[in-house]
Amino acid sequence: MPDSPDSQTVLEVRDVVKTFPGVRALDNVCFELRKGEVHALVGENGAGKSTLMHVLGGVLSPEAGEIFLDGRPFGPANPHAAADEGVCVVFQELSLSPNLSVAENIFAHRQPVRWKWPDLIDRRLLHERTGAILERFELQMDPATPVRNLPVALRQVVEILKAISQEPRILILDEPTSSLTAVETGLLFENIRQLKAQGTSVIYISHHLPEIFEIANRVTVMRDGRNVATCDVTDVTEDEIVRKRGGGEVSDRYGRRETPVGSEGFRSEGGRRGEAFDDVSFSVGRGEIVGMAGLAGSGRTELARAIFGAEPLDAGRLYVDEKPVTVRSPGQAIANRIGYLTEERKAQGLFMRMSVRQNCVAPVLGSFANRWGLMNEKAITALAARSRAEFGIVTPSVNQEVGNLSGGNQQKVLLAMWIDAGPLLLIADEPTRGVDVGAKSEIYRRLRALAADGVGILLISSELPEVLGLGDRILVMRAGRIAGRFEADQATEEKLIACATGIGAGSNPT
Amino acid sequence: MVDKLRDNAALRRIVALADHREFMILYIIVLGIIGLTYAKPEFLSKPSLAAVMLSLTAQSIIAIGMTILLVSGTFDLSVGSTFALAGTVTAIWLRSGMPAPMAIGFGLAIGILIGLVNGLIITELRINAFITTLGMMGLVRGLMMVVSGGRNISELPASFNAFGQGELIPGVQNPIVISIVLIVVSDFLLRRSRFFRQSYYIGGNEAAAILSGINVKRVKVFNFALVGFLAALAGIIITARFGSASTTAGKGLELKVISAAIIGGASLKGGAGTILGSLLGAVLMSIIISSITLLGIDPNWVDFVIGAALLLAVMADATGRKAREAPG
Repeated sequence: MPDSPDSQTVLEVRDVVKTFPGVRALDNVCFELRKGEVHALVGENGAGKSTLMHVLGGVLSPEAGEIFLDGRPFGPANPHAAADEGVCVVFQELSLSPNLSVAENIFAHRQPVRWKWPDLIDRRLLHERTGAILERFELQMDPATPVRNLPVALRQVVEILKAISQEPRILILDEPTSSLTAVETGLLFENIRQLKAQGTSVIYISHHLPEIFEIANRVTVMRDGRNVATCDVTDVTEDEIVRKRGGGEVSDRYGRRETPVGSEGFRSEGGRRGEAFDDVSFSVGRGEIVGMAGLAGSGRTELARAIFGAEPLDAGRLYVDEKPVTVRSPGQAIANRIGYLTEERKAQGLFMRMSVRQNCVAPVLGSFANRWGLMNEKAITALAARSRAEFGIVTPSVNQEVGNLSGGNQQKVLLAMWIDAGPLLLIADEPTRGVDVGAKSEIYRRLRALAADGVGILLISSELPEVLGLGDRILVMRAGRIAGRFEADQATEEKLIACATGIGAGSNPT
Repeated sequence: MVDKLRDNAALRRIVALADHREFMILYIIVLGIIGLTYAKPEFLSKPSLAAVMLSLTAQSIIAIGMTILLVSGTFDLSVGSTFALAGTVTAIWLRSGMPAPMAIGFGLAIGILIGLVNGLIITELRINAFITTLGMMGLVRGLMMVVSGGRNISELPASFNAFGQGELIPGVQNPIVISIVLIVVSDFLLRRSRFFRQSYYIGGNEAAAILSGINVKRVKVFNFALVGFLAALAGIIITARFGSASTTAGKGLELKVISAAIIGGASLKGGAGTILGSLLGAVLMSIIISSITLLGIDPNWVDFVIGAALLLAVMADATGRKAREAPG
């Protein structure tokens, strides 16, 4: 159990208000942070957590209310000013420059210099300090490695190290584990405990409630821009938090299969691509949900992209409805009724500057064109309106830019656009990353409904409960190969982890 | 075996060096010089080399600023016009009897002003750089035509001409000395100075740069002012060198400078490029041009060959990147 921290208050937020056009993002929010505590902040997307964090981090300024740091008024004009006062934020969206080295990213704008002018960077010292910081996560990499060469999980670690390296007095973490593996999450928690022992206070934002019970001392629940409750984690249960936050009950979040699995809908035989994966054979039945687990870098995403034709297969055959198909491009995949929900919603999935309605029809533009190649705008609007109602996409209008929606609603748009494309196989790659619990349940329901309609689903996810809760069968990838196959009723988290890491009992090589 | 080679730090460094764009271009340039000298020995003669270097001065001085802009993810099309306007107004002021240092100072100030306006429109009004600087390119060139009455301005004071024609280092004309000094200093600063390195963060990921505490707007405005200053400086130096301000000066210069920088490894997407690379790109282009004249090829081929070189460079870059990214 968390040790009792000093009860000295370091940060106090009093009646802070921040509005955006049409939304009161922070509505008289009060919040108090003690020295050396880990204070979890939970709430659905749009509850105001991110806005509050941006205010504390100096990205946004509030319209009303007061903030005190050590009893003195605190109103940073920009992230740099906040950092100068010892408040550092690890933003959920990666804030790294891909071309620059790990060292230059960690010390962005704070590189050690020899003189004031010209402010020449001391490379040796920079790399030395970076090496020392990398040790905190037991990383042995060269500080000069460009960030673009790192897998997503390590980029997130670099992001966290960038904040920790500033030796903050208040560290704010926004969904830090959403792309971390179990090992890295463990190291993160170890670091948080160390920081706590040194008197650093941590604000920990997460959708992942078990983490909160593991690491936090107190938890504040936010809803609709207000703080609705603050209590010690020892005094609440997971279900109570979920209720306060306004989501559904935890139990039975994943639903149940209601129709039998049909004939084989999709099969891969001996799929191979470069060094990413090899000898991948599996099938997905019509109406079946096949879960796929595996660590970051195990080849899951590469496999998904290859099945979808985004990267070529070097060897292997694909079958849809037991007929061999050729998939050399995403266009051919769509024509063969294979759909792909990408894990990188913003970078690869959606057209952020385009409207909801334009996004909805992106994969099936051709079916909305008449014989002159002109688009049937009315039909598009009708489809978009239907998707919006069916998926519960919260937006003032289907003409709204997707970039203006919350993460959960963006994910619903992405799901709607692929379901409208009418796939027989839908590859869902981390479909619930970074979305709130309410939207998660909605997405699970849609996937269930889709399966009931006879669509085969390959669900790739790092969240084991999700894979276990939804999957009829579960495949585990390790180092580019399918290292284990489980029936859902025989699988447990421990077995999947053991198989994915290749460590410990229960690994089940085939 | 390959792994063993990679473990060797010295070897790794050599491989990394060969991977660099600068190294590749340098290699092509050396080959070109050897080939050209073999075919036409007079290429290595002093007048011929001096002519090549002199033709590069304006381009290379502006390339410094343009590279920094490209690194920060933007560019400026108005530099050719600024180059012409600064030369012209400085000449006019000199003819009206203003002392040379003052006229030069005012000419430079105009360049900075144009850059500041560009930068402020782009960062504060969030109008894109292409439109803003395209408009500025026309506006500034038009202004130059109005103040000069469309005539070249010559018969400038000898004290001023000495600035461009003298030899601080015996045997090397001042414009060459000035551009070399500027290149060396700025290349070093862009690699090593914390202030200038901010541009790589901005071009690499602007949102990330803001969250990292970098004042993106201020750096961008500074970069535009810097390129304006350098364009004006180049315009004044060339005016002094020829003892005359020409109304057609600097036409198409912006695209030449951007092409050279791209050949040298910069990217319109930002986050990449070095000043040395851009200089080498410019040298390569000028060697191509010299070889066309020296070898007696129809000079009408110049544009064709330069265009082809630019396309080849970006295509080689794209294929190289694909090959590197393939084993993900």
